[in-house]
Amino acid sequence: MSSALTPRERMKLDRQKMPEQDPAARARNFAEVNLGFPEQMALIEAERCLQCKDPRCIKGCPVKVNIPRFIELMTEGNIAAAAQSLLDDNALPGVTGRVCPQETQCEIECIRGNKGMPVGIGYLERYVADWARNHRDQLATSKAPPTGRRVVVVGSGPSGLTAAGELARLGHDVTVYEALHKPGGVLVYGIPEFRLPKKIVEQEVERLQAAGVKIECNVVVGRTYTLQELREQFDAVFIANGAGLPVFMNVPGENLKGVYSANEYLTRVNLMAAYEFPRADTPVLVGRRVAVVGGGNVAMDAVRTARRLGAEQALILYRRTKTEMPARVEEIHHAEEEGIHFEFLTAPVEVLGNEKRWVRGLKCVRMKLGEPDASGRARPEPIPGSEFIVDCDVVVVAIGTRANPLLTSTCPELKLNRHGNIVVDEQGMTSLPGVFAGGDIVRGAATVILAMGDGKRAARAIDTWLAAQPRPTPSAG
Amino acid sequence: MHRVVHRRQLSPNVTLLEVEAARIAQIRRPGQFVIVRLGGNAERIPLTIADAHPAAGTITLVIQAVGKSTRELVALQPGQAIQDIAGPLGHPTEQIDAGHAVCVGGGVGTAVVHPIAQGLHRKGVNVTSIIGGRSREWVIFEPELRALGDVIVCTDDGSYGRKGFVTDALKDLLTTVGADIVYAVGPVPMMRAVANLTRPLQVRTIVSLNPVMVDGTGMCGGCRVSVGAETRFACVDGPEFDGHLVDFDELMDRLGTYREFEQRAAQCADGPCRIGLAAPTAA
Repeated sequence: MSSALTPRERMKLDRQKMPEQDPAARARNFAEVNLGFPEQMALIEAERCLQCKDPRCIKGCPVKVNIPRFIELMTEGNIAAAAQSLLDDNALPGVTGRVCPQETQCEIECIRGNKGMPVGIGYLERYVADWARNHRDQLATSKAPPTGRRVVVVGSGPSGLTAAGELARLGHDVTVYEALHKPGGVLVYGIPEFRLPKKIVEQEVERLQAAGVKIECNVVVGRTYTLQELREQFDAVFIANGAGLPVFMNVPGENLKGVYSANEYLTRVNLMAAYEFPRADTPVLVGRRVAVVGGGNVAMDAVRTARRLGAEQALILYRRTKTEMPARVEEIHHAEEEGIHFEFLTAPVEVLGNEKRWVRGLKCVRMKLGEPDASGRARPEPIPGSEFIVDCDVVVVAIGTRANPLLTSTCPELKLNRHGNIVVDEQGMTSLPGVFAGGDIVRGAATVILAMGDGKRAARAIDTWLAAQPRPTPSAG
Repeated sequence: MHRVVHRRQLSPNVTLLEVEAARIAQIRRPGQFVIVRLGGNAERIPLTIADAHPAAGTITLVIQAVGKSTRELVALQPGQAIQDIAGPLGHPTEQIDAGHAVCVGGGVGTAVVHPIAQGLHRKGVNVTSIIGGRSREWVIFEPELRALGDVIVCTDDGSYGRKGFVTDALKDLLTTVGADIVYAVGPVPMMRAVANLTRPLQVRTIVSLNPVMVDGTGMCGGCRVSVGAETRFACVDGPEFDGHLVDFDELMDRLGTYREFEQRAAQCADGPCRIGLAAPTAA
């Protein structure tokens, strides 16, 4: 098929539109919004790639997926080879194909975006990854011979899983410790089913396990084992325990019944399946009017979850305007389609309660945009005397997370920055030799793919570092 | 999987389970807890570790059957298993090194007081335990605590020990013998009453809190409690706090967040389940 098309013909192909669940229907269920390309659409989209000599898309990718290569293999009709190529570069393509902000990474670099729409790289990645998951028997697992080195990964989120997959492939004996009862970290507790079905995370995890990665759940490093114990038992450590500590607004009334951190709200619904209550035992307050404070992807996830749980009105309160929202454009668009209401230039100053101490509203103040702040975005400033009340019975605070001190506080030798994040060098190594770190515990709250990039880089750095260490005595192995 | 090796009914609704959890048995310290999840779609439940047997690789959990999840846990028989146990979580108890400590336990809280008394006793601290229940059959852990020091038993109806509340006995003890520190674990009103009693006497008082919790690792903030002017997370900052600073009213109120759900879950577990009804709203 590929040889048949000239560049001119490729240029004529329009970007294929991702089939989606109807907005009215999906606003009331937890099934995935994007339905995925059928084969025909995937192949047409693949043909749109111009196979640039100097592909810029790869540079935009934090894990450096060889994008033109897997797309080319698709056009050659060799989907198994395309899958192999993709999996060699990316341990979790079914995840990134769904949740990556491609529009600001690979796709923004795509030459076709100069005139028209870029290649739907994320959609193609998703297509190939889904094929790979359903045809695992047709994929070879390439693996280096065992090195005899033992590496422990703390946390089974995107960074930890990526590092673990890469380390196992390099021949190391890898154990992952997960604090929760299910592996996946933010992929299972944070990102909702309708954006990333848990089945997909499960299957990607299973593939890593089949490749030799051992995962042990219910191990809280910092409590069950200290970092020092891990250093004694393993040849190297990779810390990827995330930025798990929720930030609250610090306004009066925040401990009223009906106020959630986004972490709690999403954990109840995603990890604990509260949307199936009472078939699942963990409840969540549904609310008639749910107000979500924040403008990032987590806020979008929370507000769309509220809608699906049955809220009559689910609204976003954001202190800047739509232009400054950090959420992905696709998520904002999906939210709008699902009837989410947006209240911009709005900042809560107090949570109001009724006589039984249930939330009854948020007292808010109107903001205006001032001079740019340190982040480069216009600083929101309150307009005096502009207070107004937003009626709501559930409030979800989605204004960010900080580093969880559970592990770091038990290891004073580990160098932290003033925010409590672990300080690492260019190789991803911490102040402790042989202890590496990556993902949100280093960066503060960022994205899945940046965390994965850290995991991949750290795995390579760990491999190099281990190779430079004297071999352990046989009895210690 | 964590096999139940021993089960004992302590009172009409309190059951002791000894379960396999070798690592936790080895390293747990008084005051710490575990998160337990039975399996399937079960909840994550925080339970204080009442005792541990490192040689046998087991920990002792004492569970009050109040809702669907806890009733399922106490129904476990030896040989059956709990799927997930994570821990030990929370900070260990702040212990004194010498002097006289009074450990006050109400109902199932007596089981939480036990490891504290145990730890203090091992350090050579003189321990008096004041434990209470509605009536004789509700008093638990009396023999275990007797092995660690004096025990004063109180029952509401006077069917055993002294008639009245644990706070009455505590008041007498503080005015006669005195105490260097008081540990109080039990229903929120009991802990509040103890704190109100000891505050004017300026006797340091530690309480162990049991707010609604999901992950137990500081991630969700559901267990937040007001202590002094600060919001603290019971799972990572506690579970024990200075009883004189805790906002017990708020804790009590927040514990009621899911009451309506608990009733529904219990109904579904009891009789014909009416799944599919709209979930209760917040208000």
